[in-house]
Amino acid sequence: MKKTALLLLFAGLLLSGPIDAVGQTSRWSGVDETVIEKFAEKAGRPAWEPFINTDQGDLLLFVFLLAGAAGGFAAGYWFRVLFPPRRKNAICPEPVEGSSGDGPRGITERGFLNHDV
Amino acid sequence: MIIKVLTTAAFLCAVPAPAFAMHISEGILPLPWAVLWYAAALPFIAWGLRDLRRRSKESPWFKPLVGLVGAAVFLISCMPIPVPSAGTCSHPSGTGIAAILIGPGLTAVVASIALTLQALFLAHGGITTLGANIVSMGVAGAWVGWGVFTAARRLGLPWIAAAFLAGMLSDWATYAMTSLELAAALHGDGSFTTMFSLILLAFVPTQLPLGILEGFLCAGVLKFVRSRRPELLRTVPAGGAA
Repeated sequence: MKKTALLLLFAGLLLSGPIDAVGQTSRWSGVDETVIEKFAEKAGRPAWEPFINTDQGDLLLFVFLLAGAAGGFAAGYWFRVLFPPRRKNAICPEPVEGSSGDGPRGITERGFLNHDV
Repeated sequence: MIIKVLTTAAFLCAVPAPAFAMHISEGILPLPWAVLWYAAALPFIAWGLRDLRRRSKESPWFKPLVGLVGAAVFLISCMPIPVPSAGTCSHPSGTGIAAILIGPGLTAVVASIALTLQALFLAHGGITTLGANIVSMGVAGAWVGWGVFTAARRLGLPWIAAAFLAGMLSDWATYAMTSLELAAALHGDGSFTTMFSLILLAFVPTQLPLGILEGFLCAGVLKFVRSRRPELLRTVPAGGAA
């Protein structure tokens, strides 16, 4: 009981947090951009502008979206190579209409299409 | 003991303090320090590339695994996660699980590719500070993650606990190394130790919960790989597949 209460307290503190701590900078700022640069400025080493400055308006959103899509595609591609969908325990024993090849195709126990890789 | 640790952690989370992040921005490090960190990173990258050639010949699935881990490290290390305890966003590094799966040498290689792309196109980090960022994320984080996992397994800890510790401590080691790099370059006439301690403490509200999150991420990924393709863990040190 005592352990549970302390765990709940811990979780609550993580979720609520000291709001005043962020009064110094804007809420949910990226700490690498705001705090390190402020700290470096105090030491007389302000950050330079990036050589290719994409941090302009919505351009940064665009490049992050592009990077996420490219990274996600690459991760998905290699994931599928390494972890192909399982082909066992098909619920639908009969071949789905229009299918060909060996073995039944359809929704498996895990809910995804059981197709060739 | 656990209660004491949790209470201390909760107290630290409640202390209002600014936080620092791992990617050091462009131009912050003076030139000699930037060059030094590049020089420190290069041997690890060269060793990782040699490792890639050697292990690719041994296992046909190794290159796809490196591709998957590289993409994951890139995505994880540019994904800002809101941390309510600090009111800021930061990101895990993913190098703990990468070091377990592909080894610490290759983790330096994939981290350097991810950090270069982020510095060039995402205004995240910098070219002049790339060496320092590689050393903190791709070398310190990777070696601590790999070392903790190996040691924990040899001490007889269950693999899931070893993976959790490796993920958590690799994240914290990354930020400790960043603190060291910043303090070494910027302490000026002041004390290095004082500045290092201040920066390290300032990381706590952000990185304490993120490190724990990274521990769970590391354990979850290893659990998945063990259940789906345990043969991928054949080369993991100290019986990762056992």
